[in-house]
Amino acid sequence: MSKDIKIKNGLTIKLKGKAQQKLSSVSRSNTYVIKPSNFYGIIPKMTVKVGEKVQVGDVVFYAKHNDQIKFTSPVSGVIKEIIRGAKRKILSIEITADVKDTYKDFGAKELNNLTAPQVKELLLQSGCWAYIKQRPYNIIANPDEQPKAIFISAYATAPLAANIDFTLSGRENEFQAGIDVLSKLTEGKVHLSVNSKISSFLNEVQGVSIHKVSGKHPAGNVGVQISKVDPVNVGERVWVVQPQDVAIIGKLFLTGKNDPTKIIAIGGSQVEDPQYYTVIQGAQIKDIVKDKLVDEKNRIISGNPLTGDAVVANDPIGFYDDLITVLPEGDHYSFFGWMPFFGNDKFSMSRTFFSFLTPNKEYKLDTNLNGEDRAMVVTGEMEKVMPIDIYPMQLLKATLVGDIEKMENLGIYEVAPEDFALIDYVSSSKIEAQDIIRQGIDLMIKEVG
Amino acid sequence: MKFLRKQIDKVKPLFEKGGKYEKFGPAFGGFETFLYVPNHTTKKGAHIRDGVDLKRVMMIVVLALLPALIFGTWNIGYQNMGEGHSFWEYFSFGGIRILPMIIISYGVGLGIEFVYAIFRGHSVNEGYLVTGLLIPLIMPIDMPLWMLTVSVVFAVIIGKEAFGGTGMNILNPALVARAFALFSYAPFMSGNTVWVADSVADGVSGETVLGTLGANNMPSTSVYDMFMGFMPGSIGETSVLMILLGAAFLLFTGIASWRIMLSSLIGASLMGFIFNLIGSETNALFNFPWWQHLLVGGFAFGIVFMATDPVTAAQTTKGKWIYGFLIGVFAILIRVINPTLPEGMMMAILLMNVFAPTIDHYVIESNIKKRKKRLQKVKA
Repeated sequence: MSKDIKIKNGLTIKLKGKAQQKLSSVSRSNTYVIKPSNFYGIIPKMTVKVGEKVQVGDVVFYAKHNDQIKFTSPVSGVIKEIIRGAKRKILSIEITADVKDTYKDFGAKELNNLTAPQVKELLLQSGCWAYIKQRPYNIIANPDEQPKAIFISAYATAPLAANIDFTLSGRENEFQAGIDVLSKLTEGKVHLSVNSKISSFLNEVQGVSIHKVSGKHPAGNVGVQISKVDPVNVGERVWVVQPQDVAIIGKLFLTGKNDPTKIIAIGGSQVEDPQYYTVIQGAQIKDIVKDKLVDEKNRIISGNPLTGDAVVANDPIGFYDDLITVLPEGDHYSFFGWMPFFGNDKFSMSRTFFSFLTPNKEYKLDTNLNGEDRAMVVTGEMEKVMPIDIYPMQLLKATLVGDIEKMENLGIYEVAPEDFALIDYVSSSKIEAQDIIRQGIDLMIKEVG
Repeated sequence: MKFLRKQIDKVKPLFEKGGKYEKFGPAFGGFETFLYVPNHTTKKGAHIRDGVDLKRVMMIVVLALLPALIFGTWNIGYQNMGEGHSFWEYFSFGGIRILPMIIISYGVGLGIEFVYAIFRGHSVNEGYLVTGLLIPLIMPIDMPLWMLTVSVVFAVIIGKEAFGGTGMNILNPALVARAFALFSYAPFMSGNTVWVADSVADGVSGETVLGTLGANNMPSTSVYDMFMGFMPGSIGETSVLMILLGAAFLLFTGIASWRIMLSSLIGASLMGFIFNLIGSETNALFNFPWWQHLLVGGFAFGIVFMATDPVTAAQTTKGKWIYGFLIGVFAILIRVINPTLPEGMMMAILLMNVFAPTIDHYVIESNIKKRKKRLQKVKA
């Protein structure tokens, strides 16, 4: 049964440099990188040594807390270096790539003949399990648990977000196969949310309940959709997978190969010809953005400008990201920059700028904080961008003081940091809401599990 | 402006960590960030941020107060001198009386804020930009300046800094100043002589509408004068028209809560209407038409500029409806029933400031209950 999701609270931020719908390929790099910090809460245990040869799909490390969860190489080649930081923490693993990839063959499967444990086993062995995350907490799912439902959001509303129809085009069969795989993992439903405004192959996908989503960002956040369709209660688990990752999982079962190739958008005002590219998981930022940027002081973000991570040249594109955003750094002073109705090149939810007169303008925003951090003063602004039925300010305050019972009561299980990204944005006191929620979730994992 | 920036950057290291005047860093920062929005970039969380900050929010409120301030200044002259003078004569008569009050309010208040910032080592908060202008606007024009000074000191230290500064206070600081003045210097804060400048010396009657009603007489002020503000009263409160201009600006910019304003209006109208129905022979306030209640005293000024203070109001959306409604109800209730206070707005807002967290508590409880119910349904 499908249910339409209409989101009223939120804010769509229009930025300059949205990717054009054309596709090129990023040329093959010499080095690919796996960064364990892409996988939240995972402490890696290495299974390979420097100098060892790996194929695509060979295990590189597994999770310390659960050795079933394995992480595999995105390319074939030789382990070049394991870079460690303080206390010998593994920061990244660099792999020198062969000229052409060779794949570990997991064997093509006839899905109808497989049982749920067999499906799980293949996902775990191939490293594809990492694509499956759970709510609460937004961490890699525990394979020993049963989710009450699986959610896939195929509608991205974040600023500059990649168009999912475009990134999936040509992979319709793989996507369907991926859905069939996932539906083996739950007794409940697999939910697929789609953009209500466009007709796409996604509306024809079989074996899912389709929800037509409309409204402002964060309508496309899977957490928002879960809260509208089937909210997470204490003790329950819901799994979420991103659309391209569904296709990768599908391809694994169709061909027996874990092919971590994905289509990403490169966008933002500092990108010269924003468009889509095919890349292999683990490609380094410097190789991806080479010769594509305006030569200024830029900030490169893996992910969208609200939730992504700032990255440097040697970092890989984030494991879960399908977008690289490049924005100008904003380390400049602005003379009397707080004067109402001046400085109209900035975008605001409030009408304290004349920019409210041009709602369809695309803005070139930089990374300036546009103020200083303050105690929470203005009320109501957080609620305006929070479509989930919680009290965001009260939850943030409960989290700040670490009151676990209150956090639980106020709905910490229903949110992920990304759901608070717009609060980061609109807060006139410049509250770091995502960071607070992230720490709150850490506390819950530690204390409640 | 590059020259100014260069000069600031030259002396800035002295005030930074390890600098000679490190202790005065917060004060320096206060001035610097007044001139320039700093070059801080996002370090975590969202990489882009809304252009709005607290300085901008507070300036919007200050701008919204300007019509009431300008009219109030003019009205000081008009009330004293009567008909037949030019705009500038009225305005300059008022100006030389109100300017010292504004200077003292900002000077003393910001002075204390800076001292606190230096000793506590936190940055200077913008909250006082609004409070500093609100305080003179809700005082009688004849108030001696030393009383104003003491009230400001009390309001800032006890009303705000004692709780941790802007964002932490329970009571609206401007109203704390007024309440302090009222209870400490009652003769200078009430009666018929304080609302018009030099009224005793110049022999001008300075009775307010509510004062007249309190003495069980029907006022002679026309509805037009009430709306336009041609009557004695606190400096900023008399002109409903000017306050409405400010309100429109606040609502349009999205800074103040329309829910609080609307629900206060509903609450006050309802209460006034009930009193009209009851009627009384000994208390003229019962018979004062309910809609005229909204035009006199500090009601309009209170709901637009005081009740909507986000720090001391209820914080939840539902809570704001309840909070505003009760302010309206209590304002009229105190006005009509309480013989010692001719105006109830200040008390109503302060009372609801105290109860705002309680209102929020019950609103949030209902959300928690909903969540628990959902869980039970799943378990069943």
